[in-house]
Amino acid sequence: MKGLDRNLPTWVNVGLLPLLNVVTALLISAVVFWLIDVNPLEAAEILLYGAFGYQEGIGFTLYYTTNFIFTGLAVAIAFHVGLFNIGGEGQAYIGGLGVGLLCLALDASVPGPVLLLLSTLAAALFGAAWAFIPGWLQAYRGSHIVITTIMFNFLASSLMVYLMVNVLREPGQMAPQSRALAETAWLPFMHDLFAAIGIEFERSPLNISLFLALLCAFGAWVFIWKTKWGYEIRTVGSNQQAAVYAGIKPARVMLLAMAISGALAGFVGVNEINGVQHRLLLDFHYGYGFAGIAVALMGRNHPIGIVLAALLFGALYQGGAELAFEMSNVNRDIVVVMQGLVILFCGALEFLYKPLIANMFKEKTA
Amino acid sequence: MKKTIIAACMGLTLVQPAIAADFKPAVVYDKAGKFDKSFNEAVFRGAEKFKKDTGVEVKEVEPTNEAQVEQGLEKLARRGSSPIVAVGFSQANAVSSVSAKYPDVQFTLIDMVVDNPNVHSIVFKEHEGSFLVGALAAMKSATGKVGFIGGMDIPLIRKFGCGFEQGAKYENPKAEVFTNMIGSTGAAFNNPGKAAELAKSQFDSGADVIFAAAGSSGSGVYQAAKDVGKYAIGVDSNQNHLHPGTMLTSMVKRVDVAAYSNWMAAKDGKWEPGVEALGLAENGVDWALDEHNRSLVTKEMEEKVNQIKADIISGKIKVHDYMSDNSCKY
Repeated sequence: MKGLDRNLPTWVNVGLLPLLNVVTALLISAVVFWLIDVNPLEAAEILLYGAFGYQEGIGFTLYYTTNFIFTGLAVAIAFHVGLFNIGGEGQAYIGGLGVGLLCLALDASVPGPVLLLLSTLAAALFGAAWAFIPGWLQAYRGSHIVITTIMFNFLASSLMVYLMVNVLREPGQMAPQSRALAETAWLPFMHDLFAAIGIEFERSPLNISLFLALLCAFGAWVFIWKTKWGYEIRTVGSNQQAAVYAGIKPARVMLLAMAISGALAGFVGVNEINGVQHRLLLDFHYGYGFAGIAVALMGRNHPIGIVLAALLFGALYQGGAELAFEMSNVNRDIVVVMQGLVILFCGALEFLYKPLIANMFKEKTA
Repeated sequence: MKKTIIAACMGLTLVQPAIAADFKPAVVYDKAGKFDKSFNEAVFRGAEKFKKDTGVEVKEVEPTNEAQVEQGLEKLARRGSSPIVAVGFSQANAVSSVSAKYPDVQFTLIDMVVDNPNVHSIVFKEHEGSFLVGALAAMKSATGKVGFIGGMDIPLIRKFGCGFEQGAKYENPKAEVFTNMIGSTGAAFNNPGKAAELAKSQFDSGADVIFAAAGSSGSGVYQAAKDVGKYAIGVDSNQNHLHPGTMLTSMVKRVDVAAYSNWMAAKDGKWEPGVEALGLAENGVDWALDEHNRSLVTKEMEEKVNQIKADIISGKIKVHDYMSDNSCKY
């Protein structure tokens, strides 16, 4: 992994440095809050309470976390092969389209478990296909992946609007939304699961796709570090020439990594369409793909780091909404500023403290 | 510290039934946010006016994604806010499910209908207002060519365009109507640059009056019209003052009044569920004539437009609603 300093202990690289970055971002947010006459301590309290203080809040936090794990992993897998996939937005969108199309076609005829399995596959397939094309263009035609994936985000949203407005919209319904899916296509909500075993849990959008996300995180770890393909991906990512010399075909490895990346992003569609919205609609993916980049950067492209970073972002999303709800002089734009600061310090300035810390460790060991 | 908050909140939920009957107005904007210079902002103005006139605080929620819409509505309902005004058709599903769960809370939905016993739905007959400004555009046009520029390509915006076209053809059966949509995503409502280019190309094709139903993208159309010395028609709010001499008129949609009077009715205990369709007859939509466009509209035109308005209200002129069958065949 690039950027990691081999001279520093792991806990510093993956623990202390990100933590310092987050703390800095939060301190600057505190100043912003203070400037708009909001007590930063009170704001922090509401934010924490909103994210973790009651069941519904926890549910929302974990629901967002699920999406961030998917998109964070997607970005990370592409990073490992040296590609910057910023098309997570589009891949998530099209993944959702796959779910929607499949469920709209089959929800009357296919039994629930099979349908859910098929729609998960459809999400992966559609997302993978949407990432495969830019991957192919990069591998065989040299079109830069950053440009093509961004363009594919726009294509995805144009395609979705066309389909939702002209083809899939429920007749008589003004909003461009499909009809509601049959209940067989719904993933069980956590609060329903808890209720089934006798525990009362407040309603929230949290559903069992969280388990799918954690499974993906584990799978990504096995794939990247324990398989031949993962080894090839990491080799191409660190040195393409060496990879060629070792008998690896970089183009094919890139295609594989991009397809998996897209499939992971596509799973956002499972959480959103099967899990929460229960109908196909516009903009359900909004923002998760791009936030996934920050999640991957902050998680150092490692599944454990990504799960933790996703949790942080989930907490910021939900806690931020709580903050905007509770305090009349905090509007949603301030919340975006706060999230932006976290992204800035964890993403763009991720090595801000590294020289300092490295020096401290040198002095210690010298 | 957390424990005290939890305790405080449990306290809140305990006293909730007692305050549920109180008048605590609230509003949930749609995802565009309250400063969209158009639809949501009109509701925001209504809320501000209501606060100023009555001194009662209006609780505002600005969701950033789909899940937060329902979350916001439910949270307000649980805390005893009522009536809760939900802005925009996209909240229909959320209002439908939350209102079923909180039968004692009053919900008011703008721009869409939900048929629950505690929901008041307000919709507008945009096609009627668009018909009027379409007719006026055709009267003003020297070339017999007029243009329509819509924001996002959705049925609601096509409804404006279809009404406009009918109005223009009513006034001048040979009129040619150019139609362009700015884009296919929500961003189309905030893209004045592209709007200006579309306007220029319509002007180049001979159009001399353009109606923009494009949220804050409209400003690009108005500027383009001013640059080439032609005319533009504003939308939602009265935008005549933006470029006097260029703005022929505005098709106003009185969302602010609708929200304001709804809260007022609730305050006086006169809130009622049901569907309210605000058209020309109810002053929900209208064309704007003030000192800024007085010089552009002759007395004869004014009389003609008002005659058409009266004919629509009396039912003599039937304006086809695009959304009734998703086509513009009339």
